[in-house]
Amino acid sequence: MHLVAENLNVIRGTRTVIADVSFAVAAGESLLLTGPNGSGKTTLIRTIAGFLKPESGAVRLDGGDSELDLGQQCHYVGHLTGTKASLSVAANLAFWAEYLGDRDPLVPTQDRVAGALERFGLAALADIPAGFLSAGQRRRLGLARILIAKRPIWLLDEPTVSLDAASTTLLAEVVSEHVAGGGILVAATHLPLGIEGAKYLRLGGAAAEAA
Amino acid sequence: MTGFWTLVRRELALALREGSAVGTALGFYLLVVALMPLGLGPDLKLLARIAPGVLWIALLLAALLSLPRMFEADHEDGSLEVMATAPLPLELAAAAKALAHWISTGIPLAVLAPVLGILLNLDLAAYPALVATMLAGTPAISFLGAAGAALTLSARRGGLLLALLVLPLYVPTLIFGISAMSSAALGLDGFEASFLILCAISLASVVLGPLAAAAALRLQMQ
Repeated sequence: MHLVAENLNVIRGTRTVIADVSFAVAAGESLLLTGPNGSGKTTLIRTIAGFLKPESGAVRLDGGDSELDLGQQCHYVGHLTGTKASLSVAANLAFWAEYLGDRDPLVPTQDRVAGALERFGLAALADIPAGFLSAGQRRRLGLARILIAKRPIWLLDEPTVSLDAASTTLLAEVVSEHVAGGGILVAATHLPLGIEGAKYLRLGGAAAEAA
Repeated sequence: MTGFWTLVRRELALALREGSAVGTALGFYLLVVALMPLGLGPDLKLLARIAPGVLWIALLLAALLSLPRMFEADHEDGSLEVMATAPLPLELAAAAKALAHWISTGIPLAVLAPVLGILLNLDLAAYPALVATMLAGTPAISFLGAAGAALTLSARRGGLLLALLVLPLYVPTLIFGISAMSSAALGLDGFEASFLILCAISLASVVLGPLAAAAALRLQMQ
């Protein structure tokens, strides 16, 4: 399984944000996007997820599920957490567990939700409305989504924002397990996530300088 | 299809918990209709004659009030982007949200209408037709409204723009809804024909509305 981008060009408004970017990430590898603010890290991640159409070039997954779009094989965790303030923490996650599709019918939704909450240290907060969570806890709830449905590609956009040191370590563990299990990780980050053997893609050539 | 019903259930749970939207729509409907006799005077014959039109127009405006929230919350908290990566196509997600809007707003408004009919001295014979036409006509309001709500998603203060976009699309529903009710109230033959056309308009909206809404949502995510 390979995630391949070829000569990708993405234009936002009149500005070319991504100019001629190519990369290939194999299963079990991770790609960390670095670069200054405005260098196109988010744009690249959103292009892989299929929200943005590239002007030219393409992203594709070789050896993935041919019946699904690339976006449907990705977990996308962006700046927003996708949580509802009036639903409980467990209910928020249970919704995504069912909505994102159960690829493992042997494990009931409840157990998957409980497992993901446990892993991200939210088990004690399961029955509290998500609106009462702190920013860091909310972010962890958003991240817990990546554990409840199995998908080969994880797209994480600044996943460590508002996380404390312990949670950052936890996230690094979760991510390393995913990569070790043959998954693909593409993350935009300012902090090194502590993943061994990660590839780096530095964005922000001419486009960032012009901005 | 489990995703479809999961989404409908979540939308209904949220509508119930954050009940303000439904409450506002029902309260608005009640007030507008209650103001009519005060403004027009106690002429019972006049009120009975204009009752179908007043009930329908006030219903459209009340439903319009709750439309902008259909996708707004999911857009603001990022849920919409996650939904775009789900196995359920965005068209069906839009349909699920429109269906939930109909159940949580359209049906309560249609059920409240007979109560308001009393305020307007509506002929008792017209009550079954009133509820039937409103239940048949309100899906068009929710499903066409979904397309409008999706289009105006990132427009600041999109509420007014939404009204400008969507109200003209409600004209056929309004015409055939009122004509079905008037025929029933006056004991004329035309009820069945108008009612069937009203159903046809709703069915077409149920199919076309989500397609347009999904296309608009994809644009908004760009």
